[in-house]
Amino acid sequence: MNWTFFISLLWGLWGTVVLSLLTFLFGGIAGFLIAIARISPVKTISMIAAAYIEFMQGMPLLVLMGLCFYGPGIFGYDSLTPLQAATFALTLYASSYLGEIWRGCLQSVAKPQWEAAECLGLTRWQRMRTVILPQALRIATPPTVGFMVQIVKNTSIASLVVGYAELSYNAKIINNSTFQPFLYFGIAALMYFAVCYPLSVQSRALERKLNVANR
Amino acid sequence: MSPIVELKEVRKSFGAIEILKGVTFEVNKGEVAAIIGQSGSGKSTALRCMDRLETIQGGSMRICGHRLEDEKVDLKALRRDVGIVFQSYNLFPHLTVAENVMLAPRLVKGTRRTEARQIAEAVIAKVGLREKMDAYPEQLSGGQQQRVAIARSLAMEPKLMLFDEVTSALDPQLTGEVLRVMEQLAKDGMTMVLVTHEMGFARKVAHKVVYMKDGRVHEQGTSDILRTPSTVELADFISEAAEH
Repeated sequence: MNWTFFISLLWGLWGTVVLSLLTFLFGGIAGFLIAIARISPVKTISMIAAAYIEFMQGMPLLVLMGLCFYGPGIFGYDSLTPLQAATFALTLYASSYLGEIWRGCLQSVAKPQWEAAECLGLTRWQRMRTVILPQALRIATPPTVGFMVQIVKNTSIASLVVGYAELSYNAKIINNSTFQPFLYFGIAALMYFAVCYPLSVQSRALERKLNVANR
Repeated sequence: MSPIVELKEVRKSFGAIEILKGVTFEVNKGEVAAIIGQSGSGKSTALRCMDRLETIQGGSMRICGHRLEDEKVDLKALRRDVGIVFQSYNLFPHLTVAENVMLAPRLVKGTRRTEARQIAEAVIAKVGLREKMDAYPEQLSGGQQQRVAIARSLAMEPKLMLFDEVTSALDPQLTGEVLRVMEQLAKDGMTMVLVTHEMGFARKVAHKVVYMKDGRVHEQGTSDILRTPSTVELADFISEAAEH
């Protein structure tokens, strides 16, 4: 094994982590807004949010990534950099799933909790912030951490379309010159595993802990 | 002086099913009114309408001066004047007893933290749970949780308290401790409307009894009607309740 290549894979891993973090951040913010919109009492808002979710979930991430990378150029705008395009596509993708996951969590807080808060005179946003969100957060943590694993793995799709130098991309480049796919894709696999496994363990541990707390 | 609670020919349907078919009664300041009747008679629905958890479709309803048939009724002002306690307590499980009680004064009235804490201490002491201030709801018995729920409403200094079968989820010993708190409230002059199955309590504390049957007020009067009912239906209902 050539150490230069190993270092290159480590840089790829860094690229994967950066892209994942950006996706958590923007996908999380957008996903939160979509979840809120989804349970809005205003029918139009909740329908728009539902349509967004259906549309984004109905499209392969690969295609989404291509649209984000090539789309702006076609319409005469300046193209996005690979990182920008990948972040944008993954944000659209992650926000639709997180929005739906969190909608479920918000709605699983019992309706009488809303009523009790309403009868105390709290506004809708006060109810959401002080009564519903804290309870939904507990419920949401395990599936959210679980979904982070999906995001980390799906950053690899960026290598196929936009040429962003993340882990899979670097493994592919190295393989093109060394013809040792098993070795370098194997190392890449271990690196993905090293990031994802702790998240999975964490997700399961949280699930157990919160189940106990809910008894 | 006009009554605190005034229902006139109130109607309410859920889809095609009419639950309230013209309900009329009044409750004056300082009075305790007990609404009794079989399950499905509409008594809980009537109570929920009084805090506008349900909107009415006919008739008129005036609560503490607020006209509830008006679509533009000021809900915030209504909820300041009216406290409600539910059968299932509905405490906020992620907050301590003190935090549960302090939440509304702080958010709705903008009371400062230290002052809100004093209010909380006072109302929690009133329901006899001073030593549980910093406990979480799950650490309390059902009766204690229900007393906290009462304290939470009291902290907003309501003019009217509604109680929706507040002891139905409790076993007999715990029922007693909640009823004692309510009795004390009545003595302090709080105007109260309660939906209840506790005939003994209604007889002892209520100034007014409203017997509902099939979405209508079948008989109403002072608590004497529980001793000497004038309709056969109420007499039957009382003797059935006594058997349980």
